[in-house]
Amino acid sequence: MFVLIVGGGKVGANLTRALDEMGHEVVVIEQSRRRFDRLEREFAHRALLGDGTELFVLEQAGIKRPPEIVVAATGDDEDNIVICQMARERYGVPKVVARVNDPRNQRHFDLLGIAPTLCATRMMLALIEHEVPEHRVVPLLELRNENLEIVEIEIDGGAAAVGRLVEEIQVPESARLISVVRDGRACISLRELRLRAGDQVIAMLEPGGEDVLRRALVEGPRQLFPPV
Amino acid sequence: MHALVIGCGRVGSALARTLRDDGWEVTAIDEDEDALSRLGEDWRGGFVVGHGLDAGVLEAGGIAEADAVVVATDGDNTNIVIAQVAKTGYQVPNVACRILDPARAELYSDHGFTVVSPIKTAIEALTGWARSVSQER
Repeated sequence: MFVLIVGGGKVGANLTRALDEMGHEVVVIEQSRRRFDRLEREFAHRALLGDGTELFVLEQAGIKRPPEIVVAATGDDEDNIVICQMARERYGVPKVVARVNDPRNQRHFDLLGIAPTLCATRMMLALIEHEVPEHRVVPLLELRNENLEIVEIEIDGGAAAVGRLVEEIQVPESARLISVVRDGRACISLRELRLRAGDQVIAMLEPGGEDVLRRALVEGPRQLFPPV
Repeated sequence: MHALVIGCGRVGSALARTLRDDGWEVTAIDEDEDALSRLGEDWRGGFVVGHGLDAGVLEAGGIAEADAVVVATDGDNTNIVIAQVAKTGYQVPNVACRILDPARAELYSDHGFTVVSPIKTAIEALTGWARSVSQER
């Protein structure tokens, strides 16, 4: 497979090395002379010096063939968006992957249909949230294009779902419980499984359905007619 | 009519002042607070300090009700992205964007906003001038 990587910083350089070792054809573009010198020592002719948002630089790197994948991994979100747009619209590159540096810019990538994206800050944040026992719905995996999200929610002692069979819990139509992690191990079969405090429920859902799922597990079914 | 001018350098500030003189309500946006001085001491339009991709900054500048947005920061790619955010994200009816690189200017000429490329214009003007000189001889 031919992969073109724009941006030869830590992300781009390590990606180049890994893909190269896997036997793929890789070209990496880097605009800073200092970084390029280091890349050239390791990757020789597979490293290219230039601004990867300039069409002639992209063409020198072989974008006209086109590559199966273009990875926009620069430290500048605007550059990454433009690289992906040019790769797709001008050169018919079938797949682009973009790095998001500032999580606040994620909305711009989404607005312009640039996907998939990867944001290290957001991922670390999700991992930290994972450690905080709260009734938070923690995203584990987001497949934006497919309209699917895999999330985790921790069940604490006060949650309505404690002591109930997983099968009994009424989850919204847009969600499905797929596993329960108990004492660090995932239970795939949910038959006859009663939830306990400390369990972590893994669910898949449509993006935006987090709140309804949280209420279903933590608050339980709403009682329309409270007992007299 | 309300115009938002994003990037208050030489081009942006001159344009903001002219629009203001023409009777527009103008808000300028620039990352650098000192850019305000380019607008002159008598500037009576709005001025917001911040990055043109920051939704809070754009909204403070009134992008939701703007009739026109002009994007003229010193970064081509920044301009290209802001112009698309204004057009697609905020549905601003009129968006113009400065793109120095002629190749990218051409590529983005059909994305729903007006592209102005000073370098392309200079090349065309100078080419025209050289040809006229050669015809005179």
